This record gives sequence, C-alpha cells and structure tokens, in this order.
Amino acid sequence: MRVALFLTCVNDTLYPDTGRAVVKLLTRLGVDVDFPMSQTCCGQAHYNTGYRHEAEPLARHFSDVFREYEAIVTPSGSCGAMVRELYPRMGERARAEGRGSGLAAALAPVVPKTFELTEFLVDVLGVTDVGAYYPHTVTYHPTCHGLRGLGLGDRPRRLLQAVKGLELKELPGADECCGFGGTFALKNPDVSAAMGTDKVRNAESTGAEVLCAADNSCLMHIGGTMGRLESDMRPVHIAEILASTEEEPTP
Amino acid sequence: MSGTFVGMPAFPEAAHEAVNNPTLRGNLRHATHTIRAKREKAVAEVSDWAQLREAGKQIKDHTLRHLDRYLVQLEESVMAAGGTVHWAADADEANDIVTQLVKMTGESEVVKVKSMATQEIGLNEALEAEGIRAYETDLAELIVQLGKDRPSHILVPAIHRNRGEIRDIFEREMSEWGRPAPEGLSDTPAELAEAARLHLREKFLRAKVGISGANFMVADTGTLVVVESEGNGRMCLTLPETLISVVGIEKIVPTWQDLEVFLQTLPRSSTAERMNPYTSTWTGTTDEDGPGTFHLVLLDNGRSDTLADEVGRQALRCIRCSACLNVCPVYERAGGHAYGSVYPGPIGAILSPQLRGTGSEIDASLPYASTLCGACYEVCPVAIDIPEVLVHLRERIVQGGPVVHEGNKVVLKPAKGHAAERAAMRAARWAFAHPGALRTGQRLASRTRRLHPRTLPGPGKAWSDTRDLPPVPAEPFRDWWQRTGGGKEGGK
Ligand code: SF4
Repeated sequence: MRVALFLTCVNDTLYPDTGRAVVKLLTRLGVDVDFPMSQTCCGQAHYNTGYRHEAEPLARHFSDVFREYEAIVTPSGSCGAMVRELYPRMGERARAEGRGSGLAAALAPVVPKTFELTEFLVDVLGVTDVGAYYPHTVTYHPTCHGLRGLGLGDRPRRLLQAVKGLELKELPGADECCGFGGTFALKNPDVSAAMGTDKVRNAESTGAEVLCAADNSCLMHIGGTMGRLESDMRPVHIAEILASTEEEPTP
Repeated sequence: MSGTFVGMPAFPEAAHEAVNNPTLRGNLRHATHTIRAKREKAVAEVSDWAQLREAGKQIKDHTLRHLDRYLVQLEESVMAAGGTVHWAADADEANDIVTQLVKMTGESEVVKVKSMATQEIGLNEALEAEGIRAYETDLAELIVQLGKDRPSHILVPAIHRNRGEIRDIFEREMSEWGRPAPEGLSDTPAELAEAARLHLREKFLRAKVGISGANFMVADTGTLVVVESEGNGRMCLTLPETLISVVGIEKIVPTWQDLEVFLQTLPRSSTAERMNPYTSTWTGTTDEDGPGTFHLVLLDNGRSDTLADEVGRQALRCIRCSACLNVCPVYERAGGHAYGSVYPGPIGAILSPQLRGTGSEIDASLPYASTLCGACYEVCPVAIDIPEVLVHLRERIVQGGPVVHEGNKVVLKPAKGHAAERAAMRAARWAFAHPGALRTGQRLASRTRRLHPRTLPGPGKAWSDTRDLPPVPAEPFRDWWQRTGGGKEGGK
C-alpha cells in the first residue's frame, strides 16, 4: 500500500522525531511510506482563528499534493479532524456563498482517505499490537479533536496496552481540554495556563513518568507547563512509544 | 440587550480576576463538577437520548424556519383565550410596554418568576427608574438581588457564592427588602431555604402583579410553559391579579406533542432530574382561577437578525438548560461574569455577539473565549454546534462580511486590532503556499536555534510567561527525509 505521510507543519518544524518515529513504525509494519516534499499546512490555524478565506488555498494545495495516494496518515488528531470534518464544511460554505461547487469537488478526494495514525493502525492495518517495547509508566491524554472531532475512542489506549513493558495509568479528568486551543493560548493566557496547570497536576497524580498524546500541539502546551512547574514528567508523542523496540528503544 | 453590562472589558481581562480568585474558582469547580457527573448519569439512563436530541433539533429548526407563521398563530390563540399580545422590537420597547402595563394597575411592586428574557432587557432597573420595585422570587435570583450582584449562571445565578456568603447576604440585606432573616441564622441549606421561604411568602401574598418569562409557548393553543424546581414560580403565576409574560420569539413550539421531547431533555440536561418538580402551564385567563388579566410581550431584541444568519441561527435552538456551561473548562476558570452578559459560558459566547452585534470590546472578544474543545456541542440537548458558530463569528470579526442588523443588510468591516494577526496569517499562508520558502524559514530557525529566546515577544509573551517553549531542532523533518532518502540511507 502506498501511503503518504502528512506530518503537519508543526511536527515538521518543531518535532521531527515524531516524523521519524512514524516512518520507522509504518515501515516495520510493511507499509511503503512516502513524504511528498511539497506538503505544507492543512490550514487549521487559519480556519479556526477566523481566516477561512486564507485557509481555502491551503486546503486546495493539500488536495493537490495528496490526492493520488491510497491513504494519507497524520500523527495529529487536530489536523486529521481539519481534513475530515472541516474540509467538507469549507466546500459547503463556498457553495452557500454562491461560489459554486469547485472547492467541494477539489477537496472531496482526500477527505475519506485521511487517517490519524492510531486510526490507520487499528482500522486500516487491523493491528493493535505493533510489536513495541517501552518499559515506562505512561498516562494517556486524549486530545479534544482526537476524542470528539475524530472519535478515536479507545484505539490509542488499546495500542498502548499492547506495548510490552508499558504500564498504563488512568488519567483523572482525561477528557478535559488541556487549554491550548491554538491561538486561544495567546489570546486568553490566564485561563489557558490555569487549564494547563490542572492537566499537569492530574497527570502527576497518576505517578506516571510519561504523559502521552496523539498531538504535538497539545503536548507542547502541556510539556511547556510541566517545564514551568518543574514537574518530573515528560511529554511523549504516541508515535514515539509505538516505534520503540527492544533493539532501538525510544528514551 | 441589557445596559447593565455595556462597557465591559474584553473577556481576557474580565477573566483575569476570576482565574486568580481561589474561593471563586473553588466554588465554581465544585458546583460544575457535581452537576456534570449527575447529568451524565441522568442522560445515560435514557436509551434513545440520541434520537431525542435529534428530534429536539428538528422541531426547533422547523419552528424557526416558519417562525412568522407560528408567531401569528400564537398571537391568535393567546387572544382567543383572553390574553393580550404586545410586540417589542428591542429592550427599550419591551421595558416601556411592561412599565406602562404595571402603571395601569396602579401598583408599585411586582413579584417575578426567574426569567432570562427580563434580565436580558434589564427590566428590573427600568421598573426601578419608574418607581416600581421588582422582587425576584427564585432562590438563587433572590441571593443575587439581595447581594446587589450579577447572575453568573443561567440556571444557578448565584453559583459563584458559597453557603457562608449567602448567610451573610441574608443577614445583612433581607430587612431592607421585607421580612428580615431569622435570629442566629446558620449556613445549613435547610435554614437558608426556610429564611428565604418566610421572606418570600409575605411578598407572594401581597403582590397584585406577577412578571414571568416562559420556557416554551405552544402556538396552536396559546399556552405558556414554565418548568422549575422550587415552586416559587407557580406562586407568582397563580396568586397575582395581573400576569405579564415577557418571552423571546424563538421559544415557540407548534403543538403540545412537541413538548414531550423537551420535557425529557431539559430537566436531565439542566438539573440532572428525570422530571422537573414543577411544570406550570397557563392559557390566557380563566374566571375565578389565576390572574384575571394576562399580557404576553413577544421580544425580538436581535433575534430576527440572528435568524437571518444561516450558520449562527442555530443558537436560537437553545432551551437554556446550561449543560454547556457546566462542562466548559473555560467557564469553570473564568466565571460567569467575565462573559459580560446574562448569557455566560459557551452559549453566551455565541448568543451575545449575535443579539448585540460585535461592536463592543466584550462582544468582539467572546468568540475567542473557547479552545474549541467541543465539550459543549457534545452535551447540548438540541445539538447546537457551538464551535462551528464560534469560528463563524471569529471570521466575521477578523474579516468582516455581510450581516443583518436591525432588519437591514449591512456589510461589516473587519474589527480593529487584528491587523498584526491578519498580516501574520497572510504571511504564513504565503509561506505555506511556497514550500521552498517554508523550508528556508525552517533552516534559518534551525541554524539560529541557539539564539532563540525561551520567551516570546509581542502577543506571545503572555503564553511564554507561564510555559516553556520547545527548543528548535537541529534539522527539520523534511531535510532529514531528503538527506537519508526517507530514512533508508543510514542517518538517524
Ligand atoms: S446551548 Fe445547548 S447546552 Fe447550552 S444552554 Fe443552550 S440548549 Fe443547553
């Protein structure tokens, strides 16, 4: 199966380790991964901040880059939700504004083929045990767009539970937002920081070494808060845990 | 909307105080988490909740689509049942109508059933200015009124107060307004409730005019419906000689049968009860039973304008259950007052800027008072996609666009103060449209990474004041991919 990795602009620029982990993991599972070099950004930040018209050309570009692949995999619940949930909505809005169905038609091919990483593993490849080894205690934070946008359900937890050596701790208040929300963190710093602090305190109460999530944006916020609170926990993307093996363990 | 809240600062400043007030945050956290857990249980008991939710949505959408027709039908049925119908385009008009109606009775005091609509228009203040005293009779409203406070929650307006604070307010203020608090009042719920009961009973028995809102209006019979937990509303609805109900035009349902859906979803969503303890319905007037005179004031106040917006109109489906407030992590930290309106929380963040327009600082900031986490949409019993409307309103604020204002089509200019953000969004879009430029930027960031500050300048400062920024990696992913041929040629 020829699969394109849509890494997202944040991961590409700030979290290349996550990208390398996805490549390592998928290759190990026998998937032929390609990274189209002309990919950039899905337009989520633009769209969610109110710049829908700026997001439209980015969505078109996304479709141009990825439409020929059998599947598009992304290690980000929020960027996955952007494509799957919001691209169709952008098409509808353009139509409602009397701009014809061109945008909807341009975006339609990529929508059903785009999968968040854990969804791809469980639903498309049909695996929950990916042969990983990660000897740490981990607590899992289901990010909002993964949880409520894409409906990832217990897929990430099932994958984690199958990892050898990993001990999973339940996170109290797991489904509460960490307070990042893209530009929300900039526009409402007080409330955002209060939410982040509560998330970290809840995570610390589990006694786990690692807080794991399927989105680096949320992990950036939570990890940044851990840094300030001088917490002993570490934020780690789920791809890096699933890519970890006995021969080549992720720290 | 009400003049009470104009001139409020933008949401972030208004929230600052609450975030840093541990008592308030404790009160809110405790209250919202308790009701949240109970609601979840109450909803889980119903096997066809998803269908009920969909039915509620459909009924409301259908009614809104044909609102003109149902309003006329309602007017006819209310008149046929002996009531009088008045139409109010805005808050001032509604206040004038009610004030004149009270004056015609010759009375100088009224008792009130808890009502969002009369708060929205600032009726109590308008009556006060004309020498008429309005007594709130809902327990939580009474606490707010006695405390010269503002409501901070749709259903539990005094949610920000704890028992000790309430006892102090009763002891200090009750004598000002009527029967004083009993000697040696403690802060146990039973004693507080008894003090309120004695205080209020006196007023119920004396008042000749009652003022209410309504949860629903049934078009084909002209019936109004109030659901409540305390029964104080029923006293106001039945004891006075004159009853004046002020209701938003969106509260219509076509028939009694439609109530079936909402009388299931509303109590479970709001108080986590299977059924609300008191459901009162009244249809015009009846000899020797209840008020002899009944007036219905139908309130627009921005609702028609909201209805004209195809994305935003879903906010008019709201049945004011307050479930969205109780699950909202932003509401929990910022408190209800920060929203600058009688409608706080997620619904307030989409309703107020639509009813009032986005002209003021507070209204322009409300659509940003959310992380778009989606918890509000998930619990809403009429499936209002609040995140969708938030983003839609953000678009209106930063990019302008056509809206209907006071019945006229106008084109809004983008709000001031977003110029830097707009420029950044354009620049980012340009870079993203040119992968080469993106790559140059990434490389530059990597090469200069040791020089990067750990705090951000400008608008990012507040964020990086409380959180550490991640370090920039030595090599962006795409460079690694190219250098190693997709990880195949050595190179980790
Ligand atoms: S928006 Fe929905 S959840 Fe919120 S108060 Fe209205 S009906 Fe209830």
